[in-house]
Amino acid sequence: MEVPQDLKYTQEHEWIRVDGKKAVIGISEFAQEQLGDIVFVELPEVGSQIEQGSPFGVVESVKTVSDLYAPAGGKVTAVNKDLETNPEKVNSEPYGEGWIVEIELSDETNLESLLDADAYSEQCQKETE
Amino acid sequence: MSQETSSSLKTTPLTNTHKELGGKLVPFAGWKMPIQFKGVIQEHQCVRDGVGIFDVSHMGEIEIQGPSAKRLIQKLMTNDIDSMQDNQALYTLMCLEHGGVVDDLLVHRFSEDHYFLCVNAANTEKDFQWILKNAGSCDATIRNTSHETAQLAIQGKHSEALLQKLCEAPLSEIRYYHFKKEKIHNFASIIARTGYTGEDGFEIYVDAVHAETVFRAILDAGKEFNLQPIGLGARDTLRMEMGYALYGNEINEESRPLEAGLGWVIKLGKQEFIGQVELKKQKDAGNRRKLAGIRLLERGVPRPHYRVLKNGAPVGELTSGTFSPSLNTGIGLCYVSPEYAKPGTELEVEIRKLSVPAEVVKPPFLPTRVKKD
Repeated sequence: MEVPQDLKYTQEHEWIRVDGKKAVIGISEFAQEQLGDIVFVELPEVGSQIEQGSPFGVVESVKTVSDLYAPAGGKVTAVNKDLETNPEKVNSEPYGEGWIVEIELSDETNLESLLDADAYSEQCQKETE
Repeated sequence: MSQETSSSLKTTPLTNTHKELGGKLVPFAGWKMPIQFKGVIQEHQCVRDGVGIFDVSHMGEIEIQGPSAKRLIQKLMTNDIDSMQDNQALYTLMCLEHGGVVDDLLVHRFSEDHYFLCVNAANTEKDFQWILKNAGSCDATIRNTSHETAQLAIQGKHSEALLQKLCEAPLSEIRYYHFKKEKIHNFASIIARTGYTGEDGFEIYVDAVHAETVFRAILDAGKEFNLQPIGLGARDTLRMEMGYALYGNEINEESRPLEAGLGWVIKLGKQEFIGQVELKKQKDAGNRRKLAGIRLLERGVPRPHYRVLKNGAPVGELTSGTFSPSLNTGIGLCYVSPEYAKPGTELEVEIRKLSVPAEVVKPPFLPTRVKKD
């Protein structure tokens, strides 16, 4: 299972890739695997504000529905429109073309509470036991 | 996610094989069953386009044999078994006195005094006890043979060609809702042309001891047809596209089967059966509501218990709902008052406080391709 080292993770299986004030958010390989075939992603509005730890969208797979929790707070600067027609990209490329939103971080200290790749891998390991 | 511990779950003779094949095992009706292998949508298409194999050994089997077997079954079932021929299968309901459904099941007739029932996994023990209770001292032996029987479903247009490789008897002679006792890969089996997918296909019953050998032989023979193992996830999307009722969702001990559109298996004119009086009354009184097929007109996935609205006012809730891989849209089933059950009626499904436009359609959601004569 792929857990890129350069990302931070939440316990709810979202990842965040920080680049200066901007950050991109998606769900992990583990999460997409658990959800199964994703058929619909409910995206927030561009310009809306999301808060750390709060739901900002929804992923629907054939089997189940799951909230998306924001790894950090900020203003939504872009959403992955491509997912409206190709939601399965979240399954096939969760860290690439399956990204979900881009935000402008409101408070970089938010990142301190997130898991690094090793801690997150360990959590996934526990969940499968 | 269910919190049931895996140790309390029942396993089929193929549980370890599924694990080996990459199946994701989850608790289902007290059983540890594969929900998916490669993915629900891919497996769904595999059955619609070619052929797939399901382990449905969690289903229950009850054998009834003896001079009174026919009379007993006739008394228990809403459908008329009187005209059944040997080697024929029949879909029926088994009802309570008040008309609620104990189970929906298949009756298979070996001979006039020998039958076996294929029942829902979660209802097996309940059904068995119900049959025993109503049999009283009648002259028939009733056996729950579930634990010694494995059931496999081979479904899809290549199923006959595939199984024929392992079977000497000509399978083309087994008509829809008929079966034969034949050998598959040299093991005694019952091969029935039945299924729960809307595709041509077979459900086969083999001794649990030989289940793995037979399963692997079929997988092997199926390579040229791109046969894949299919999980319960796709089993549900396949049955939903056909609008087939699922016990526990559309029907239960409180539901009215006439409202579920199951009047075709309720033969009110036959000899006396349990539930007859009440069902007749219900029929005379007319349906308060009807089970309608619902198709979303915009994106979203309807799920069981979501509310169904008409111009914003609640008119029912979904008994089943899922994403249809064939139609690439959300579909569901819902009891609504007859005025809203007409095809074309515009309704809404409430998904996370949003009203998503939907329309009533008459199931099946896509044409069935079972092998009718």
